[in-house]
Amino acid sequence: MNIWLIMIAGGLITFGMRFSFIYLFGRLEIPETLRRALHYVPPAVLSAIIFPELFYNDGGLNLTWANTRLFAGLIAIAVAWFSKNTLVTIIVGMIALVILNLI
Amino acid sequence: MSEARRNFLEGVRAEVPLLIGVFPFGMIYGALALNAGLSNAASQLMSSILFAGSSQFVTTQLVHDNAPALVIILTIAVVNLRHMLYSASLAPHLKDLSLQWKALLSYLLTDEAYAPSIINYEKEGISTYKHWFLFGAGFALWFNWQVSTAVGIFLGTAIPETWHLDFALPLTFIAMVVPVLKNRPMIASALSAGLMALLAYHLPFKLGLILAALTGIIAGTILEKKQ
Repeated sequence: MNIWLIMIAGGLITFGMRFSFIYLFGRLEIPETLRRALHYVPPAVLSAIIFPELFYNDGGLNLTWANTRLFAGLIAIAVAWFSKNTLVTIIVGMIALVILNLI
Repeated sequence: MSEARRNFLEGVRAEVPLLIGVFPFGMIYGALALNAGLSNAASQLMSSILFAGSSQFVTTQLVHDNAPALVIILTIAVVNLRHMLYSASLAPHLKDLSLQWKALLSYLLTDEAYAPSIINYEKEGISTYKHWFLFGAGFALWFNWQVSTAVGIFLGTAIPETWHLDFALPLTFIAMVVPVLKNRPMIASALSAGLMALLAYHLPFKLGLILAALTGIIAGTILEKKQ
């Protein structure tokens, strides 16, 4: 039930944002600071999700070799940096995790 | 061929190269949503209720982590804020349309529909049937997204547990974020958000995520102003 509530509320908000200026044309303008701040939403939100996924393991901060997700993630970051290719990054990261778990 | 139809088909044609890139993501989303514990129906319908790729991935991750509903909804709002920019940018081109058209085109307004449409409008100017171009691009993407989600849900059930499919989510985010780290404010924004997320990890209700995101946004904006 909860997931439906989340989707409908999230959907209405998303639609509202897409509709906002198209509906209110001429009556509303985006302030310059907000316009600039919006550029930083993707790196900020995504990094806020990525870091704990890599560094936290079984409920605690884990910086040892046993944390295979951290090292697979670092490999993926390097691959993303050089290849700039999303699918290659995902595939190499998945394979790295499987191999690190075997070692 | 009527003007409306010609513009619609032009929009579809402009969207095709983007569809090829988007299809695998729809599949990955479908498989991951299922893996995170969403039902088939919820996984599929999220693609038409939200119809916004990155926020669907984020929602999937947060549902997997048992984040509270309010935090997930707030995060969806932050992730999709950029759509207001698209709305503002297209508004002058769509100002003479009926309310129904405005609502329909707003629903279809994604990154991938916006990009070819604004380029076309700025190049060719606006005429009576130009909104059919955005409709064509938006509808092609919508249809592609629904089908690719369905294929992902279908294949998702066949993927074995030992593949650690849930790890594909942070990997997807890594692939999205690394290419935008082109200058110091961007890098500072990503690093400060990541560090704050680690420090604030134990805050209740996953509020650390919101706090970390705000930290990164503010850090990037301030550094850019200083430069």
